[in-house]
Amino acid sequence: MQPVVVEHIVQNYRTKKTVVAALKDVSFTVNRGEIFGIIGPDGAGKTSLFRILTTLLLAESGTATVDGFDVVKDYEQIRNRIGYMPGRFSLYQDLSVQENLEFFATIFNTTIEKNYDLIKEIYQQIEPFKDRKAGALSGGMKQKLALCCALIHKPSVLFLDEPTTGVDAVSRKEFWEMLHRLKLQDITILVSTAYMDEASLCDRVALIQKGQILSIDTPKGIISRFKKPLWAIRANEMFKLMNAIKEDPSVESCYPFGQYHHVVFKTEKDSKEKLENIGKDGRYTDVEIKPIEPNIEDCFMELMTN
Amino acid sequence: MKQFLIFVKKEWLHIWRDRRTLFILIWMPIVQIILYGFALTNEVKNSNIAIFDQSRDEATLQISDEIAASHYFNLVKNVYSYKDIGATFRKGKIRMAIVFPKNFRYDLLHSNRAQIQLIADASDPNTANTLTNYASSIINDYQQAVNQNADLPYTINTQVRMLYNPELKGAYGFVPGVMALVLMLVCTMMTSIAIVKEKEMGTMEVILVSPLKPFRIIIAKAVPYLFVSLLNIVSILLLSVYVLGVPIVGSIWLLMAESTLFTLTSLSLGILISNSAQTQQTAMFISMMSLFLPTLLFSGFLFPIENMPWPLQVISNVVPSKWYYIIVKNIMIKGLGFESVWQETTILVGMTAALLGMSIYKFKIRLA
Repeated sequence: MQPVVVEHIVQNYRTKKTVVAALKDVSFTVNRGEIFGIIGPDGAGKTSLFRILTTLLLAESGTATVDGFDVVKDYEQIRNRIGYMPGRFSLYQDLSVQENLEFFATIFNTTIEKNYDLIKEIYQQIEPFKDRKAGALSGGMKQKLALCCALIHKPSVLFLDEPTTGVDAVSRKEFWEMLHRLKLQDITILVSTAYMDEASLCDRVALIQKGQILSIDTPKGIISRFKKPLWAIRANEMFKLMNAIKEDPSVESCYPFGQYHHVVFKTEKDSKEKLENIGKDGRYTDVEIKPIEPNIEDCFMELMTN
Repeated sequence: MKQFLIFVKKEWLHIWRDRRTLFILIWMPIVQIILYGFALTNEVKNSNIAIFDQSRDEATLQISDEIAASHYFNLVKNVYSYKDIGATFRKGKIRMAIVFPKNFRYDLLHSNRAQIQLIADASDPNTANTLTNYASSIINDYQQAVNQNADLPYTINTQVRMLYNPELKGAYGFVPGVMALVLMLVCTMMTSIAIVKEKEMGTMEVILVSPLKPFRIIIAKAVPYLFVSLLNIVSILLLSVYVLGVPIVGSIWLLMAESTLFTLTSLSLGILISNSAQTQQTAMFISMMSLFLPTLLFSGFLFPIENMPWPLQVISNVVPSKWYYIIVKNIMIKGLGFESVWQETTILVGMTAALLGMSIYKFKIRLA
C-alpha cells in the first residue's frame, strides 16, 4: 500500500467573477519511506495540494488516499496518523516552547517522553529556550519547534509545506539533514518548496507549475532528460547580451542564472561558434563562455517553455 | 479527558497571559454596572421647581417648606407673576411651578375649599406625571394633618402600599436589567473571539489536523471564560448590594446558580458567533452591536414588553436576557424561590443546549 496516492485531483478557486484553477488534474504516488518533493514557484498550487491531502480542503474532483484512507471519507483516521506543518507558523505564540510541545503531544493522545527519541536531536537544539514564548523564537528555531510538534505523535506520513521559506541558509541545510534522519525512522515525507536547489535533496520530485505537474522523477532522472547542450555566458553588459542572444533564431531560450546567462540552442550544431560570434562583435568585454551541466532549475525552465 | 484538560489549560494560559484583556474583562462589568446603575434610571430626584405664592400665609409657607424639604424637589426660585413663570420655564430652569392663589388659608378654613395650581413641563410626560403626583401627595399629607381637627364627613383615603420596593427606588428595577445587559455583553464578547482567533492566527489549521473532536474544542474554549464570568457575577452582585443599595432578598445561591446558567447561555451564543465570523473584528462587532439593542429593548426593564405590538412581543421571547431579567427580579427583589422561576430556567437551559448544539453542528471540520 502506497502511503500517498493522488488521482486526477482538480481544484478551482472562485472569486466573484473569475474562476482560478489551482490544480489541474494532478496525479502522483509516493512510496513508503521516501522524501517526495513538490517543487514549484509561489502560486503553483502546492499549498492547495497539501491542504487537500491533509483533509483540510475538499477537492472539486479526483480522489486521494493517505495511508490507504480516503481524504474525504476517512478524514478522522488520517488526522490521527499524519503530521502537518503548514507554511505559515501555526503554533501558539503566547505559549512557551515546552507548553506548545506538551499541548500537541497530549491532543494526539501521547506524551513527550514516549516519542522523545524521535524528536530528541531536533529538540535538543531548542531545549535551552524551552521556557521562552514561541513568538519570541528566531525563524529557524520556530521551524524546528513546529517540526517537533508535527512529529511528536510519530506520524506515518509527514506533510511539510514550504518548511524552509524564510529560513537562513545554514538552518535550511540543518533542516534537510534532519529530514534525512527522519526518513531512516520509516516516516514518509512530503515536502514542498520553491527553492529549486532543494530538489536534489529529495528522493523523488514533482515539478509543478500553474496547477499542473510537469514531471515526476528522481532529481537525477529529471536532469538526465535534459538532452540539449547548455551554455553559460557572461560579459560586462548582461542585459544587452541577453537581447542579442535572443535575436538569434536558433536559440531556444536564454535566461539569467546567477552571474551568467544560461543559453539553450535548438540544435547542437555550431552552437558554440554562434555564442562566440555574439560575444566578439565588439560591444562586450570580459566575455566568458563555458558548457555546463544542467541542474533542476534548467530542467524546470525547459519544461515550462514547452 | 486528558485532551480536553490540556485544551482548557491552553485556553486559560491565553487569557492569563493577555493581561490587558483580562483586566478589561474583569473591570468592564464593574464600570458598566456603576455607569448604567446610576445613569440608566427614570427616578425623579432633585427636580427644580419654582413657587408663585400670592397669599404668603401660614398654610402656603408650610406647604412650600414641605415640598422644598423633600428630596424630589429643589426650590430654585420664588416668582412673583405668571409672566415670570413662563419665562423661567422657557429658560429650562424648572420642571414644575406651584401657584398658590390669593387668600389660600382663608378659603381653606372658611369655605373648606382651596386650590393649588401645579404647572409641569410635559415635554417629558412621564416626568411631568411623576412630579405632579409627588407634589399632590405632599399636599394631601398636609390636608390630612389639617383635617385631623375638623370633622369632615365622607373622606376617602387611599392607602397605597408599594410592594417589594417601598421606597420606589429606580435601582430595584434597573439592577436586574443591568445585570442581564452586562453579563450578556461581556460573556458573549469574550467567547466570540475565541474560535475566530485561532482561524486568524492559523493555528486552526494544525488543530483541525488532529484527533480533537469539535465538541471538545468548543466546550474547552468555554470553560475558562466561565470562571472569569463567575468572578464577574460576584463583583456585580457585590456592587448591587453595597453601591446601588439593592438587597438580595431571596436565596443568594439560587441567584448564583441562575446567573451561571445565563452566563453559559451567553458564552454559547458567543461561540456560535465565533464559529461563523471570519475575523475577530467582525465577531466583536456582531456581539456588541447586535446584542446591545435587543437586550436593552426586549429584556423588559426599560420598556414594558406587555405594551409592545405582538410581533415584538414574539421576538422578545428569543432574547435570553428577558428570561434572566425575570429570574433575577423574582429572586433578588421579590425573594421568591425556584418554583417561581422554573419555567424561565427551563427556557434558558433549552436555549443553551440549542446554541451549543448549533455551534458543534456548524463547526467547520475543514478550512473552506
